Amino acid sequence: MLTKRVIPCMDVKDGRVVKGVNFVNLRDAGDPIELAQRYDEQKADEVIFLDITATHEGRATTVALASRASEELHLPYCVGGGFHNIDDIRTMIAAGADKVSINSAAVADPSILTKAAALFGTQAILCAIDAKRVAGGLDKWEVYVHGGRKATGIDAVEWAREAERRGAGEILLTSMDRDGSQDGFDIPLTRAIARAVNIPVIASGGVGKLEHFAEGIIEGEADAVLAASVFHFGTYTVRQVKEYMRSQGIPVRL
Amino acid sequence: MIAVVDYRMGNLKSVERGLRAVGADARITADPAEIAAADAVVLPGVGAFGDAMRSMNELGESDAICVAIAAGKPFLGICLGMHLLFSDGVEGAKAGGTVKGLGLIEGTVGRMPNHDAQGVLYKIPHVGWNSIEGLKSRLFAGIPEGEHFYFTHSFAAPESPYTIATTEHSVRFPSAVALSDRAFGVQFHPEKSSDAGAQVLANFVRIANELAS
Repeated sequence: MLTKRVIPCMDVKDGRVVKGVNFVNLRDAGDPIELAQRYDEQKADEVIFLDITATHEGRATTVALASRASEELHLPYCVGGGFHNIDDIRTMIAAGADKVSINSAAVADPSILTKAAALFGTQAILCAIDAKRVAGGLDKWEVYVHGGRKATGIDAVEWAREAERRGAGEILLTSMDRDGSQDGFDIPLTRAIARAVNIPVIASGGVGKLEHFAEGIIEGEADAVLAASVFHFGTYTVRQVKEYMRSQGIPVRL
Repeated sequence: MIAVVDYRMGNLKSVERGLRAVGADARITADPAEIAAADAVVLPGVGAFGDAMRSMNELGESDAICVAIAAGKPFLGICLGMHLLFSDGVEGAKAGGTVKGLGLIEGTVGRMPNHDAQGVLYKIPHVGWNSIEGLKSRLFAGIPEGEHFYFTHSFAAPESPYTIATTEHSVRFPSAVALSDRAFGVQFHPEKSSDAGAQVLANFVRIANELAS
């Protein structure tokens, strides 16, 4: 039976993990590869490196990171952020990334998903969606781009359907309302997207407690759950999270 | 030397490094002569069935691989590299058609259904860690029944007498095949499957070393 995945996400700038890592026994807390290897030991199912570098030079460092990861990591990894066109994606896949996650570039030109899927396979293409609840109390969410700074007017559920149709192999769904809140995933949003598409959905944004991980899977119907700070700060190990999920009847790899 | 066959579809460093990490002298190559002369051959899975076959035929690799297998060289096909052992595949073919594979096992590699026999929906691609069962090969020495490996694919091999492990998603499909006691294909990615994957690669390398010595 296919297990539900737990995915630590690292924000990376100029090749270093940012957003403070407070993790015991790390030789170099800023090294994304060493942190990823630690998560591998804890039974993380894959890792995501989110590139928040703005400069051209910083981007080259991220490509070098992807290349090093392909040599040193023995678990799948995805690189997200900073893709403007097919050439950017090609460079990252050629460096060795198993998957790339595309956000603003796909909203600007959805055909980039189709082209990338045709060239590199749907399994390599994640569509990242940052969604924010529309005011008025209805279960409707709007897609935001450029790191959540710009509203698009696009309905998140419709966009998820289109992303699937265009060739995305997975959806990485972040609730902007919940991101950083530690209040748990936006369950209605996660469920709405998970039911709208026939590709895996990774829930992101809001995890603070063990219960939240299980809720994302059981109530949100997500296929995978992503978290950052609770892992980086050592609040929980990936193993603790998976043991809790298993105690709630969720199939996990341990 | 273990030849890691490069058919110009993507990065193979993780496969090469995975083999080296368990002590193998692995080398990425697109040279048919080097493939034919290697002690063992690994065919990684990158790209789509149709593109991969076209590229392998153009580079002269298809014949070299078949010759190596026929000569009794240890072989490991990974993901698409397992699919290519079959006679036909639908991935990358015109609608309703198929493209020819290496043809060492009769059967068509088809798209996985997105629902089971009861109509329950399943997500495709099949992405993530799934268990393998019914293990019958020394390739799985030290691997317990139900061990998890990393899968990522939308197409699956057909049932055949060569199956040495199966996995359940929307259907139960062959997750590993053996043409002989030394030529294998695996649907999962051992190079991305942490310690369990390293064990499978180590088993393959041990088989290759036994035969080479």
